[in-house]
Amino acid sequence: MNICVCIKQVPDTNEIKVDPVTHTLVRAGVPSIVNPFDTYAQEVGVRLKEKLGGKLIVVSMGPSQAKEAIKSCLAVGADGGYLISSNKFGGSDTLATSYILSEAIKTIEEKEELKFDLILCGKQAVDGDTAQVGPEIAEHLNLPQITYALDIIEKDGEIQVKRECESGYDMISTTLPAVVTVVKLPYEPRYPTIKSKMAAKKKEIPVLTEEDMPALKLEYCGLKGSPTKVKKTYTPVREKNGIKLAGIPAEEAAKQVVQLMYEAKIL
Amino acid sequence: MNFRQEEEHQEILEMVHEFAVNEVKPLAGEIDKTEEFPTKNVKMMAEMGLLGMPFPEEYGGSGMDTLAYIQTVEELSKYCATTGVIVSAHTSLCCQPIYQFGTEEQKQKYLPKLCSGEWIGAFALTEPNAGTDASGQQTVAVDMGDHWVLNGTKIFVTNAGVADVFFVFAMTDKSQGTKGISAFIVEKGFKGFSIGKQEDKMGIRASSTCELIFEDCIVPKENLVGELGKGFKYAMMTLDGGRIGIAAQALGIAEGAIEETVKYVQERKQFGCRLSQFQNTQFELAQMQANTEAAKLLVYQAACAKDDNEVFTHKAAMAKLVASRNASDVTRRCLQLYGGYGYTKDYPMERMMRDAKITEIYEGTSEVQMMVIAGWMGVK
Repeated sequence: MNICVCIKQVPDTNEIKVDPVTHTLVRAGVPSIVNPFDTYAQEVGVRLKEKLGGKLIVVSMGPSQAKEAIKSCLAVGADGGYLISSNKFGGSDTLATSYILSEAIKTIEEKEELKFDLILCGKQAVDGDTAQVGPEIAEHLNLPQITYALDIIEKDGEIQVKRECESGYDMISTTLPAVVTVVKLPYEPRYPTIKSKMAAKKKEIPVLTEEDMPALKLEYCGLKGSPTKVKKTYTPVREKNGIKLAGIPAEEAAKQVVQLMYEAKIL
Repeated sequence: MNFRQEEEHQEILEMVHEFAVNEVKPLAGEIDKTEEFPTKNVKMMAEMGLLGMPFPEEYGGSGMDTLAYIQTVEELSKYCATTGVIVSAHTSLCCQPIYQFGTEEQKQKYLPKLCSGEWIGAFALTEPNAGTDASGQQTVAVDMGDHWVLNGTKIFVTNAGVADVFFVFAMTDKSQGTKGISAFIVEKGFKGFSIGKQEDKMGIRASSTCELIFEDCIVPKENLVGELGKGFKYAMMTLDGGRIGIAAQALGIAEGAIEETVKYVQERKQFGCRLSQFQNTQFELAQMQANTEAAKLLVYQAACAKDDNEVFTHKAAMAKLVASRNASDVTRRCLQLYGGYGYTKDYPMERMMRDAKITEIYEGTSEVQMMVIAGWMGVK
C-alpha cells in the first residue's frame, strides 16, 4: 500500500503567546513541531506500511524550515518527503493550500512512479484548527474521504475505518484510493532511533515549486487564490460571571444548581 | 576548548530529551517508591539505540562518541537518576570492557545482544571485604583444565536483578596480589551462579542492586577476558570510563534540581512576593548554576579526552569529584529553597537529594578520586 501523509509544521502551542498590541501570534523564539494530529496520521500510515509493504511519502507545504518537520517524519518510518514551497504560495488559505497539495500529490506520483492508495492527514492543525485541508484535498482529487479516524484496517483492497463520533464510533468502509484524516490515537507515535535519526538528517528533501507542477493554475494559489480573509485576531476577554453557592449543605446546593440549570434551559 | 557539540549531538539530545520528559520523568517518583526496575522504559531505550551508543555498528552499537553517550546519561538523570545509572552501568561497565578487552569471539557473542538491549549488563568487582580496597578480592577462580570454577560473593552490583551478562573479577593466583586477579564473563544461567538479596537503598532505588553468589560456578574456558592476571588493571581502566558516566549522572541530577527549583520559586509566594524576587533565592540559584556549568566543563572535557584517546584517568576523577559534590550541594540547597514542601514526597527534591549522594560513593568514592588526582600530580 502506497501512502502519502500530509503534514504541517506548527508552533508548539504549549509555548504560544499573542502580542497584546498587534494581536498577532508571537512566533519569534517559539519552537516548531510537527502538528500532533499529523504525527498520529504518520504512525497509522507507518503501521499499515509495515504490515502491507509499499512506500510512505510525507508532503508538507511551508517555508524551507519545514524541511525539519519532514526530516523528523523520515526518522520515524517515512521513506521519503517533499517540501512544497514557493513565494507564490504564501498567504494561501485552506482552499488554496488543499489545491496546491492535491496538485503536488499528483506530481509526486509521477516522480515516484507510483499511485497512492491512501492519503492521510491529521484531523486538523493545532494552529489554525480549521480541519478543512484534508477533506478539501479529497474534493480536489475527487476521492472518497473519511474523517476523524481512530484506526484503519485493510481488507481485500478496501479499508475499514473506525471513525470517532460523539456517542462512540462508526465503522465505515471505502474503496481505495481514499483520503482519511486521523484523530488522537489510543497509542503514541514511536520514538526515532539514533540510526534512523542520523539517516534522516543526511537525506535531501526535494522542493517542489510551481515550475515542477505545470498543470498548477497560479490564480488558485497564494493570497490571490484565497477567498478567506482574516479581519482580526484577538485574545478573547475571559469573563468570570459564574454563580458561586457557598455555605450551604452539599445536598441543598445540588438542588439549587439543578434549579438554576433548569431556569437557564440547560436541562 | 572545543567540545565538538555538533548538530548531531544536538539532534540526539533533543530526541533523548523528548523521551526523558514524556516517559522517564512521570515514572521517577513511582519507581523510587516501588523499587521496580523500569523495564518498559529500558526496552524503549533499547529500541531507540541508547543501550550501546559508543560502540561501532558492526557490534550492534550506534557508532556515536563518548560525548553523545554521556550527554544521554546526563539528560536521563535530570529526571530520573535511576534510569541514568541503569544505562551507565550497562554501557560503561559491561559493554565497554567486553569491547575493550574481549576476544573477537566474545565481542561477537555478547555485544550485539547487549547493544540491542536484548541482554542487560552488569559489573561485579566489590565484595563484602573489598570495597575501596578492591585488591582484596576473595572470590576465587580455579582452573579445572577445560573450565573455571568460581566461588565467592559480590555485592552492590547495579542492574544485577535483571542482568543477563556479568563482568566479574576473581582471584586466579593469590600469591600474585593484584596481578593475580582475572576477569570473566558470566551469564546468569551458568551452573552455580545465583542472585542474592536486593539492597534496600537510600536512593536510585529501582536500579536493582543485588548480591551475586558463586557456588562452584562453572565458567567456560573461553569466558576468561583478555590475559590471565590482568583483571585488576582492566577493572581500573573500566572504572576510569565509568566515572565519566557517573559524573554525567551527577551533572544531570544538579541540572534537574535547578530546573525544578526555578519553576517552584516563580510560583511560590511568601510575604506577598514570589520566592524568585528575594535576593537570597537569586544568589543561591545563580551560584548553583555557575557551579553546575563548571562541573559540566569538566565532565565534557573528560569525555572528549576519552574520545581523543588521550590519558583521561585524572580528568575523569576530577569530573566525578566535582560533579558529584556539586550534585549533593545543589540538591541540598534547592531543597532548602523549597522549605517544608521540599522535605515531603509530594515534590521531587528529597528524592533528588537522596539520589545525589550515591554519586559521591560508587565507582570510587570522592576520596578515591582525590587519591587518583594527587597521584597524577605526583603528590605521593
